[in-house]
Amino acid sequence: MAELIIEAGRAEKNYWRDLWRYRELFYFLAWRDILVRYKQTVMGIAWSVVRPLLTMTVFTIIFSRVARLHAPGAVPYALMVMAGMLPWQFVSSAFSASSQSLVDNANLVSKVYFPRLIVPASSVITSFVDFLITLGLMALMMIWYRAVPEWHMIAFPAFIVLAFFAAVGIGLWLCALNVEYRDFRYIIPFVVQFGMYVSPVGFSSTVVPDKYRLLFSLNPVVGVIDGFRWSLLRGQPLVWWPDIANSIWVTAVLYFSGVWYFRRVERNFADVI
Amino acid sequence: MSDVIISVEGLGKKYAIRHQGPRSRSNYKTVREALSQGALSLATRWSRRHREAAKAAQREDFWALRDVSFDLRRGQVLGIIGRNGAGKSTLLKILSRITEPSEGRVTLRGRVASLLEVGTGFHPELTGRENIFLNGSVLGMARAEIRRKFDEIVAFAGVEKFLDTPVKRYSSGMYVRLAFAVAAHLEPEILVVDEVLAVGDTEFQKKCLGKMQDVAASEGRTVLFVSHNMAAISAMTHRVIMIEQGRLALDDRTEVAIARYLESASSYAGFYEAPDRHPDPPYISRIYIDSGEPVHASGQDMTLCFEIRHPGPVTQVCFSFQILNQLQQPVVHCWIFDSDAPICRSGTVTELKCRIPRLALNIGSYSLKTFLSEPPGGRLFERLENVCSFTVEILGKQRLFPWRPEETTWLGDFEWSVGNDQSHSPVYEWSIT
Repeated sequence: MAELIIEAGRAEKNYWRDLWRYRELFYFLAWRDILVRYKQTVMGIAWSVVRPLLTMTVFTIIFSRVARLHAPGAVPYALMVMAGMLPWQFVSSAFSASSQSLVDNANLVSKVYFPRLIVPASSVITSFVDFLITLGLMALMMIWYRAVPEWHMIAFPAFIVLAFFAAVGIGLWLCALNVEYRDFRYIIPFVVQFGMYVSPVGFSSTVVPDKYRLLFSLNPVVGVIDGFRWSLLRGQPLVWWPDIANSIWVTAVLYFSGVWYFRRVERNFADVI
Repeated sequence: MSDVIISVEGLGKKYAIRHQGPRSRSNYKTVREALSQGALSLATRWSRRHREAAKAAQREDFWALRDVSFDLRRGQVLGIIGRNGAGKSTLLKILSRITEPSEGRVTLRGRVASLLEVGTGFHPELTGRENIFLNGSVLGMARAEIRRKFDEIVAFAGVEKFLDTPVKRYSSGMYVRLAFAVAAHLEPEILVVDEVLAVGDTEFQKKCLGKMQDVAASEGRTVLFVSHNMAAISAMTHRVIMIEQGRLALDDRTEVAIARYLESASSYAGFYEAPDRHPDPPYISRIYIDSGEPVHASGQDMTLCFEIRHPGPVTQVCFSFQILNQLQQPVVHCWIFDSDAPICRSGTVTELKCRIPRLALNIGSYSLKTFLSEPPGGRLFERLENVCSFTVEILGKQRLFPWRPEETTWLGDFEWSVGNDQSHSPVYEWSIT
């Protein structure tokens, strides 16, 4: 029979095996969040369609009509905004959800054992469902504008994966910090708002002056958004390979350090939450 | 020995209590606090002595549990008793891997499932059916396993008709029954149970006790059972460990342990004090008898004082208590609900004084059971049992027979009038008041 030894400071060798064993909890938590998401709302799932649509309309009007910006290539501005908003909304809602997830599930954390990593990870799934819905919307818009993607499209899944890891990486950091320092509850909405301006959501990365380019591309979402546009729309420049490379290594650093930090503070969660 | 399923050696859990003024009451800190602490330790970094002094001034170690060792064999049911704050829950939390020990080790040979609180992970918006799956998987059941036992769980809880109703519309009894049913159908080698029996109606409690006995006896599982209810402990267990101030005070047969427990309970007579903790949920920090004596003179007024700590103004607090006799039967019930008289509406500490005029209990020993909660259907913040025990004496009254506690619980006033066949008006009247 499996023998389990509990000792102070004992690094759990079977943590990753436990994570696998509890994979059903992962599904169930994600499923619960999705089920509960639009309970007692009249519009229900339609909210997932209305919100990106409204944001897209406002952004298109502001950036294209008021600020007179142009999309590179002959792409309709609305499509370009949508292709940028798609990953941004996913990443931002995923990391805000996962940063709040442990605190919201405090009763679980202080009452039963399971690898805590499951909670922030599963909370990303709800945002991913919203992402898929918005993606459907994007597809409809592309049909409407008769915008046929180039061969670049095969790279699209890779950028989804990049977005996923960026969201989880930021989410894990914020989540672990939020358990101990509740300041982060107030910091997160600010990060989301701020991030919206430093990411090329309403505009194309090409309008950023060259001297700020490197700094700009340290934001991991920049590479994701550029990648989305490049793979989905015609005539979009991939801007700069260094952009994408920056995005990849920043995401990797965020993700691995996030897991490391989370694992380090995880064992005390039940005591401080 | 392969038969030993749990072996605990020198287990200890230390918490650091920070001393930083009133704000450190909360468990979690703010960035500002962490930064200022960091700055402080930087400033004193160069001098080792300084640093240690600064540290010592800021924090104090509190051992919630220390030097606890015991072994448990397969199929045994172990009772764990001790007063509130003694360290029972900490022990269970370590055994169920919710928190890590600071020293010592535990060897577990089997899957542990804990029922630290029934209904963990229930979501009010989800239906009964959905919650069975969710709760089952939170407790570590595989989906196939839940599906196999689904009908059994539903039948045990008796909620067939309401399976597709969100549990927020359930009565609290149904809610608890469903929650316990899921937990009771887990099949772990080791089951950790904390105070579940205090919920539900008597019939359901019996069913739960029966189920737990089955689990231990016929299925050969090991149960750790924490309760303040000595009747349940003596019905369920043959061996009991008693924890006092974080240490293992006794490990013996159930009868011996219960006798010791009740004896030690009386040494805390007339007073109850909880260790400091975070006041959310609200809790009772102090109970005392206004006279300061753990002895009550039957027929006199009695005033009981309760100090409630809450995180800030709280609305809708309900508080009630019962006076229990030696047989754990309630004999007096008093309550104050926010809907009648606002309590805990300001500040963080509320003191309630309850005067019971002419409390005419019979001699014997009594204790209190308290409930601090939201209105019916809401959360139960805290329930204390067997606290603030006191004895009742009869002063200034004599009778031919000695006073006996088992004759009655209530000894109110009574009046006689005696007549006979030779006179219409009473010959004499006699009363005891």
